[in-house]
Amino acid sequence: MSTRYFGQPIKRNEDPRLLTGRALFTDDVQLAGMLHVAFARSDLAHARIRTIDVASAKERPGVVAIYIAKDLGDFWQPGPLLVPPPPVEQLEFHQRTQVPLTKDKVRHAGEAVAMIVAESRYVAEDALDDIFVEYEPLDAVVDLEAALKDDAPLVHDDLERNISARVAQTKGDWTQAASEADLVISRRFHYDRGTAAALENRGIVASWDAKTQHLTVWDTTQAPIAIRNGLAAMLGLSERQVRVIAPFIGGGFGPKIMMFYPEEVLLAWATLQLGRPVKWIEDREENFYATTQERVQVHDAAIALRRDGTILGVKDIFLHDSGAYAPYGLTVPINSQCTLLGPYIVPNYYSEFTSVFTNKPIVTPYRGAGRQHGVFVMERLLDIAARELAIDRVEIRRRNFIRPEQFPYNNEIIYQDFAPLVYDSGNYEPALERALELIGYERFIREEQPQREAEGERVGIAVVNYIEGTGIGPYEGARVTVEASGKVSVVTGIGTQGQGHYTSFAQVAAEQLGVPVSDVHIVTGDTDLFYWGAGTFASRGAVVAGNAVHAAAANVRAKILKLAGEKLEVAEEDLELIEGRAQVKGAPETAIPFGQLAAEANPLRGAVKPGTEPGLESTEYFGPERGATASGVHAMILTVDPETFLVEIEKYVVVHDCGKVINPLILEGQIQGGVAQGIGNAFYEQLHFNENGALLNASLMDYLLPTAMDVPDILSDHIETPSPLNPLGVKGAGEAGAIPVGALFAQALDNAFRDIGLETREIPLSPNRLFELVMEAKKAV
Amino acid sequence: MQLNHTITLIVNGQQYMRSVEPRLLLSDFLRHQLGLTGTHVGCEHGVCGACTVVLDNEAVRSCLLFAVQANGREVATVEGLSSGLHPEQLHPLQIGFWEAHGLQCGYCTPGILMTLVPFLRENPNPTATEIRDLLSGNICRCTGYQKIVEAVQSGAKLIQEGSS
Repeated sequence: MSTRYFGQPIKRNEDPRLLTGRALFTDDVQLAGMLHVAFARSDLAHARIRTIDVASAKERPGVVAIYIAKDLGDFWQPGPLLVPPPPVEQLEFHQRTQVPLTKDKVRHAGEAVAMIVAESRYVAEDALDDIFVEYEPLDAVVDLEAALKDDAPLVHDDLERNISARVAQTKGDWTQAASEADLVISRRFHYDRGTAAALENRGIVASWDAKTQHLTVWDTTQAPIAIRNGLAAMLGLSERQVRVIAPFIGGGFGPKIMMFYPEEVLLAWATLQLGRPVKWIEDREENFYATTQERVQVHDAAIALRRDGTILGVKDIFLHDSGAYAPYGLTVPINSQCTLLGPYIVPNYYSEFTSVFTNKPIVTPYRGAGRQHGVFVMERLLDIAARELAIDRVEIRRRNFIRPEQFPYNNEIIYQDFAPLVYDSGNYEPALERALELIGYERFIREEQPQREAEGERVGIAVVNYIEGTGIGPYEGARVTVEASGKVSVVTGIGTQGQGHYTSFAQVAAEQLGVPVSDVHIVTGDTDLFYWGAGTFASRGAVVAGNAVHAAAANVRAKILKLAGEKLEVAEEDLELIEGRAQVKGAPETAIPFGQLAAEANPLRGAVKPGTEPGLESTEYFGPERGATASGVHAMILTVDPETFLVEIEKYVVVHDCGKVINPLILEGQIQGGVAQGIGNAFYEQLHFNENGALLNASLMDYLLPTAMDVPDILSDHIETPSPLNPLGVKGAGEAGAIPVGALFAQALDNAFRDIGLETREIPLSPNRLFELVMEAKKAV
Repeated sequence: MQLNHTITLIVNGQQYMRSVEPRLLLSDFLRHQLGLTGTHVGCEHGVCGACTVVLDNEAVRSCLLFAVQANGREVATVEGLSSGLHPEQLHPLQIGFWEAHGLQCGYCTPGILMTLVPFLRENPNPTATEIRDLLSGNICRCTGYQKIVEAVQSGAKLIQEGSS
């Protein structure tokens, strides 16, 4: 019996390098003659630039060059639109994308107006003080509703209104559903801004070698191949002249797939101008302005139900804050629109959103990427409906689940990947029941909660469901090679930011080839080693690249079996692959090491037969027709301190279904980390912009990330409903932990304060805000 | 231009003499002058803990110290915890983190390890609450901390087994 690798909790191949300080991150790149870059950024969110005076900065010893927009000549171009609008009827869309350096008008605080190149970062930052910019301040567009008023200032002067896009999607007939309903509930929900705050800030090192006419760029990007293609086109170089390396990256979470950041194009351009390597490493304050953010939405939503709790329809009209530019198209609001439907049968749906330009940093996907907003609205509507109809909140959900036999389930609207929103598979009720069992739902509400409340405690319980569209196309590829050493190399185009690709992809290959996982060497994120690919986003690495690795490894397995079969003169089905050797089943004395087979498949003399390829190697691509739908249930018990309104999570349960699991250890880590970010989003993290668009808490001192004291232990379990859309049966898991946490907090708090009828309709909360909401609710009682 | 200072210090057991600007941060000195890039910088204002190193047996934030403040003193960084990448060369705490999946992107990990090294000397058998309390000054954005706590407990056990 050969060893199983797929599905095992194998410790990670990449860890020794990370644990010993021997892994290369972008800021670790040190090149001879390297120069350092700092950016002069606007303090104002909305202002016309009258003059920029860089003369005295140029005089400072150690300053090599200073560039403003006009110095870039024809290279100055707005960035590309990454995701065009999907094919939805009657769509309004105005493309406005970010610029490398601001030319005439600043549209958000922190937009770069000048680039300083100096012998050291210290000198470059000294020179920031020597740059004088005369601004004409303009009224800022901050609030979403104010942005749409007739007299609102315009973020983009050439547009009539601050509208980036408007999209409506329809399923069935909401108006009809509402007219037939026993109950229609309408509410307004708010979701405010947060930031991904990866612990490693962004950074770029660009090095042009004039002798080889070759540009090398180290970049903290989640999409090195797309960066390579874009930089080559912008700089007039062949793609073969540009190598982009995404080395170890200290957390991505979405914002590191934005492209092109102004710094990415400017550093690449500057090294060509100067003929010396240049480095820019974002500092934490810059990260709060110059890296993309996520989240403001305002929803006016309604749900129509029958008396028994059956959902007849949902209507949702919402505003989405795109920030000053919208390079990522409609991905985030479409995720909100589509994820709202959740695991429920919603026969009639009308959803319309307006994406609004504001004088705030750019919004692009951040873990969850708008899905949490949809989940928040739907789960809140169900909670309120359950209360109004006097049905248990778990029961109302159970009654509306899509049944296992209804898959594939077509929601009749278009998803972010432009494919119809069709759920591939799912089995929701067992996950719910398991979560109830683990949290002890019945016993808690019958016995524990009344008892503790009688003792004066504020304690609440919550259970919410969600689905997550994962593993979307277009495609990824992988090349699997057995080397002459007998070890295996796997190369794929996507980058890695801590997800364990060095191990999970190795497990997929090892499963096919019968080699220890530690003998599989993974290369990701180097465009010279793999040419094609899209990137790491939308919980797609394991699904899309994982299946490409699987397909390539299966081909290599076939090549090994064929060659070994010929040598041993036995049928291929009589062979087995064990520990890097091919042998007749049960006959270790016949074993041939892979290294020997690899050498014979790549002879130095003689002939390789026509129609065969040299070596034991295969390259394969995998592109799913549409995404795989993961799902899950989160449950929580929390207490609120009646004096301070600080919350403490006593118990947190996740039951998750992401199809077949490659590595349960890595999966658990993804879930736990996602929940931690969700907890931050729900109760700690909020970017506070004032009426001028100034960010008031741009430091980790003031923007509160959850610490080890805030995040509880998470009890998790899994249900496996394989995806029929890919051979491995896997679904994505990267974002799931973060998605339902806001909805869960709101339900638990409402439950803890149900005596005063608290109805939480906004995220994030904080002790202060919770106190205010409780006071308001008490007044209304 | 500012006048440089000559400093002498021991880092991971090796003595260095360097001429530095008085304003040069210890973190930048270690990373860019000595090439010890295992110490990471996450916030540059002492909140995230990624840059933690051990200065004369005490865990400190190297982004809040100037290199000149380390003059005549002894610094330990993550590079000094192990002699190489092979499992038998790793520090027991590193083994604990490896086995418990106590890291994901690994960016905060060196700072966490260097926070723990002096702590575990004083508290060889900490409870989960003590570990969480200690690590509340180190931000990890990937793991949710649960597996870090498990990693510390398993690392502490390995250290004790090794010294008994």
